[in-house]
Amino acid sequence: METTDNKAWSPYVAGSLTGLVIIVSAWIAGNYFGASTCFVRVSGFIEQLFSPSKVATMDYFKWFGPKVDWQVMMVLGILIGAFISSLADGSFKVKAVPDMWAERFGPSPVKRSAFAFLGGIILMFGARMAGGCPSGYGLGAMVQLAVSGLIVVMCFFAGGIAFAQIIYRGGGSK
Amino acid sequence: MNTGTLINGLITGIIFGFLLQKGRVVRYDKQMGALRLKDMTILKFFFSAILTGMVGVQILHMLGIARPLILPANIGANIIGGLTFGLGWSIIGYCPGTSLGALGEGRTDAFWGILGMLFGAAAFAEVYPKFATSILTWGREGSITLPEIMSVNPWIVIVVFIGVGLALFRFLEKKGL
Repeated sequence: METTDNKAWSPYVAGSLTGLVIIVSAWIAGNYFGASTCFVRVSGFIEQLFSPSKVATMDYFKWFGPKVDWQVMMVLGILIGAFISSLADGSFKVKAVPDMWAERFGPSPVKRSAFAFLGGIILMFGARMAGGCPSGYGLGAMVQLAVSGLIVVMCFFAGGIAFAQIIYRGGGSK
Repeated sequence: MNTGTLINGLITGIIFGFLLQKGRVVRYDKQMGALRLKDMTILKFFFSAILTGMVGVQILHMLGIARPLILPANIGANIIGGLTFGLGWSIIGYCPGTSLGALGEGRTDAFWGILGMLFGAAAFAEVYPKFATSILTWGREGSITLPEIMSVNPWIVIVVFIGVGLALFRFLEKKGL
């Protein structure tokens, strides 16, 4: 467990700078933040490799078809940006099981991977039903004062906090 | 979609990913720390970004420099989907954007999470026609904004958000969260 992390930036500073990036991208590219739509596009792309005729008939892929757009590149950029940042300050670390998880559920990478996979399925299914994720509804919709953004963000946290209490009940002291 | 737009997206993402990692918000421990109400780093980051973004984006809208793109309120689906997301979030401990950042800083469990997310997206595409005629029609209010439904000037809403946000930050710092 890292006890001191001198290289981290204040979340207020990093967050406010992210706010500036949101403004600049609305200004220059006319795009607002979002991340979950591109998972639909990529999943459609992969599915298309196996059954192109089926994908072509599916309504949802007509809306969010398999293509590379601004958001796909943006999400790819997150991977690269985090890689650069973590290499630069030495916080890059190949790690299969997070500390807090290990403390509560044990050090098994297989168990952690399986639950990460399962959680990913449920989370993305929910995100697409809601119409987006914390990026789209928080950083994209709430900055535009959208009613949808406020409702969804409150539900993300309400659901997440409630289920986290249940999952971590009776364990994980830290 | 031209190349310039794609490069713009990539650069935006690189800066965003850099800041997410610097703020340490891409980590499972930080995400779960917030959901367990023990470490509110991600909330501080998230609200700092939103409050800053709100002011600038509002100015761009007023000057007609950027066009609003408001995600519609489909209240039934927003609530059910939002809570379902919360369940998944509490298990994976990453959200779609931060999962890529976590992978970028070497957290390999995020890879399996991303794979799961792709399956989740494909599963939703599969059942979408059923939802399109049910849940997705519940409480369809269109692209409404808070100032519109309250019939007030947008700046009043922004000032309230900033006030609430600063009070929240002060509370979190006092409690050492």
